[in-house]
Amino acid sequence: MSTIVLLLITGLGLGALYFLVASGLSLIYGLMGVLNFAHGSFLTISAFLGWEVGRRVSDGTWWGLAISAIVGIAVGAIVAALTEYLLIRRLYERHIEQALVTVGLSLATVALFEGIWGTDPIYTARPEWLTQTTEILGAKIPNDRFLLIACAVIVLGGIVLFLKRTRYGLIIRAGVENRQMVTALGIDVRRSFTLVFAIGGAAAGLGGVLASVYYGYVSAHLGSVLLIFAFIVTVIGGLGSLTGAAVASVLVAVLQQFANYYLGGTGDLVVVVALAAVLLIRPRGLMGKIA
Amino acid sequence: MSEPASEPILVVDALSGRIAGQQVIEDIAFEVPATGVTALLGRNGVGKTSTIKSILGLIERTGDVRLAGERIDALPTHRIVQRGVGYVPEDREVFGQLTVAENLRLAERDAAPRRELVERLFPDLVARRAQRAGTLSGGQQQMVSLARALVNENRLLLVDEPTKGLAPRIVDEVAVALAEAAQTVPILLVEQNLRVVRRLAERVVVLSGGRVVFTGTAVEFLDDEELIHRHLGVHDASEAA
Repeated sequence: MSTIVLLLITGLGLGALYFLVASGLSLIYGLMGVLNFAHGSFLTISAFLGWEVGRRVSDGTWWGLAISAIVGIAVGAIVAALTEYLLIRRLYERHIEQALVTVGLSLATVALFEGIWGTDPIYTARPEWLTQTTEILGAKIPNDRFLLIACAVIVLGGIVLFLKRTRYGLIIRAGVENRQMVTALGIDVRRSFTLVFAIGGAAAGLGGVLASVYYGYVSAHLGSVLLIFAFIVTVIGGLGSLTGAAVASVLVAVLQQFANYYLGGTGDLVVVVALAAVLLIRPRGLMGKIA
Repeated sequence: MSEPASEPILVVDALSGRIAGQQVIEDIAFEVPATGVTALLGRNGVGKTSTIKSILGLIERTGDVRLAGERIDALPTHRIVQRGVGYVPEDREVFGQLTVAENLRLAERDAAPRRELVERLFPDLVARRAQRAGTLSGGQQQMVSLARALVNENRLLLVDEPTKGLAPRIVDEVAVALAEAAQTVPILLVEQNLRVVRRLAERVVVLSGGRVVFTGTAVEFLDDEELIHRHLGVHDASEAA
């Protein structure tokens, strides 16, 4: 029983991390049809700069972590908005060029990060409570999982409120359904593109800082590793569906944890098999719209 | 052929449109008077919807399009609409995941949107404000689509096949709403149902082979069986209902 509880809650924690990356990917694809392979770079640069500022302010404390998170969110939002404004905006409806540019940006930035911070992981200090465990039904749960889950729930709630309660949210929801009709109502839908990139970048930025808490280090490849699973989650959840991304994040991460424990470390393989199964049986994903 | 009494609200000249590199309309030229309904007619696939979309910049186009004398052919779609062009697309294109109220709120451009007019014309929508538009019947969706255009004070309405696939009772409701709208705003109407055209339109522009082949009064066209047969492929107006 304790093992199942442990796997479930650690799976939820990992799922929270996947969701923070996948939420932006899903919104960006849903509204703009852009598969943003550079999304992992938003996460990595945010993790590095968040760590750099946080450790200078107060290393290994809650205050330092809070500063890291704020810097990470801001960096993620700014870098993502600049990427949209300077690179992607010129390439709407040119999907191959978009993919080439974002893949190129992702490769170039990893090389840049390696040049600045080196190729080896840099281990980070965390507040003491995050290094401890809490016992639930006999299972000793690492405390950082609770932080990840709480942050993901807050981000999910914040994005849902934004989408439901604001005019820009309304435009984005309508744009995900039918972008051309939004413009035919006299709305400059492209303005909301930058905003969606910024929101996705901010979530990825927070994800980057939390990933450094989860893994205990920052590295130039932090974003690349998480991006693969975030893409899988986005496809399984249904491209463009925020709820789908949230549900799929939890399903994939929990499945991964159980497979790793009970099937001899085959978590990644099982996730890929699950992706193939979803693509074969339900190509639009769990909650995606019918093409 | 009669000429419009005042300056036309829309002048289209040498308009050509392409979809995915394929020419769909060529060298279209016509005018829409500043009052009443002008029907854009033609057989299926002749380019009526493409003409509307070209005016709005929804497809790649070249040519000269003027709204109240101002050139709009180089403007992006949202700027054309902001200049006072309301659009009711073929197949309604409501946002199915949004509620009726959200569909209407999204469409509101004016500081004082005409909610009372919309509620009077389409009382059914008031009761269904919180319902997702995707769950409405085809007729109700058409009401939402029309309401989105009528909620703003426009200078011109482009209405594309508003009665397509609707039950006769709903066709009548749509015609009533358009007739009321036409009292305050000129309408360019694409319509297959010639009974509706006869009821609403003062003038017609007929397309064939991607070009304008007839421009004149609605009565002049609809009373001439030979013209109807030649350009629409039906023998008289009653066949195309």
